[in-house]
Amino acid sequence: MNWIEVAVLAVGTFLIRLSGPLLRGRISVSEETEEFLKRGATVVLVALVATSSVMSENQWAGWALPAGVAVGGVLAWRRAPLAVVVVAAAATTALLRLAGIE
Amino acid sequence: MAFRIWETIGRDLLRDTAAYSVGIAVAGAAFAAIATAQGLPWWITWAMSLFVYAGTAQFAALGVAAAGGSGLAVVATGLILNLRHIPYGLAVGHLYWDRWWTRILGTQNLLDTTTAFALAEGDDQRRAKIAYWTTGTGNAVAWVVGNFAGMFIGGWIAEPERLGLDAALPAIILALVIPSLKDRRTLLAAATGAVIALAASPFLPPGMPVLLALVGLVFARPKRGREEAAT
Repeated sequence: MNWIEVAVLAVGTFLIRLSGPLLRGRISVSEETEEFLKRGATVVLVALVATSSVMSENQWAGWALPAGVAVGGVLAWRRAPLAVVVVAAAATTALLRLAGIE
Repeated sequence: MAFRIWETIGRDLLRDTAAYSVGIAVAGAAFAAIATAQGLPWWITWAMSLFVYAGTAQFAALGVAAAGGSGLAVVATGLILNLRHIPYGLAVGHLYWDRWWTRILGTQNLLDTTTAFALAEGDDQRRAKIAYWTTGTGNAVAWVVGNFAGMFIGGWIAEPERLGLDAALPAIILALVIPSLKDRRTLLAAATGAVIALAASPFLPPGMPVLLALVGLVFARPKRGREEAAT
């Protein structure tokens, strides 16, 4: 990595981040469009959770990772505080790996 | 004065921000430790963490560079991964579009988690703004502290998988989106999108599958058609 790569990555990322609100400014956002855009972001976030729970570098990540996320998910669904969700998810995955289950 | 700020933010949000920030600090430490171990000069590591400011893309860029990828491959990997910030900005961009400096800071603060925290507040725009900035501040402080620590700790923290960190971050996002999945159309769109993303994952570069998931939105089109029919 050299400074040119970092600079291009930084400027490109900033422009990507900037494009959402700029596009938004060009359209009149009705209440329904608002709901639709929120839904779009939720869809992307859920897909991110799904892919990052089972894939690691384009390969099956093993059982420990999805198991941890699932434990966190169940706790969140039962309305556990976020701190509990985080610790339980990380601990489940870490302990499974410690036990030799990848 | 300080007390009033805490009061405005609220105990629950502060507690959640603290829990989440611990995870980010560990991630920051891991990033700096890996970068340092790879022989990256300290100022390059800092430039990435402050100006790119997107953890997933930073780890991926390091990985591609370590595998001997070209400069173009490094940049392309990072930028494709970051494209998901476009739908995020569309959804929450108005929350910080006030003054020139809130626009700049808010733009840099656009992350998976700050978006998820803001969306989790539902239709309450005031709370969404507070959540966006509070979690963003927590993230920034934790990320900087973590990076600083990682440069010196090195070694074991470079393998945060042992601590289960890779499960903690998706679990946080999952916890934040679960309430909005009570809406049936959102649930249907998200489930379809997740299946599409998973199916596409082995074939597309990381970052593209989650965008392809947006196809799931066909189940959640605005009801414009019906209204036109009514008038």
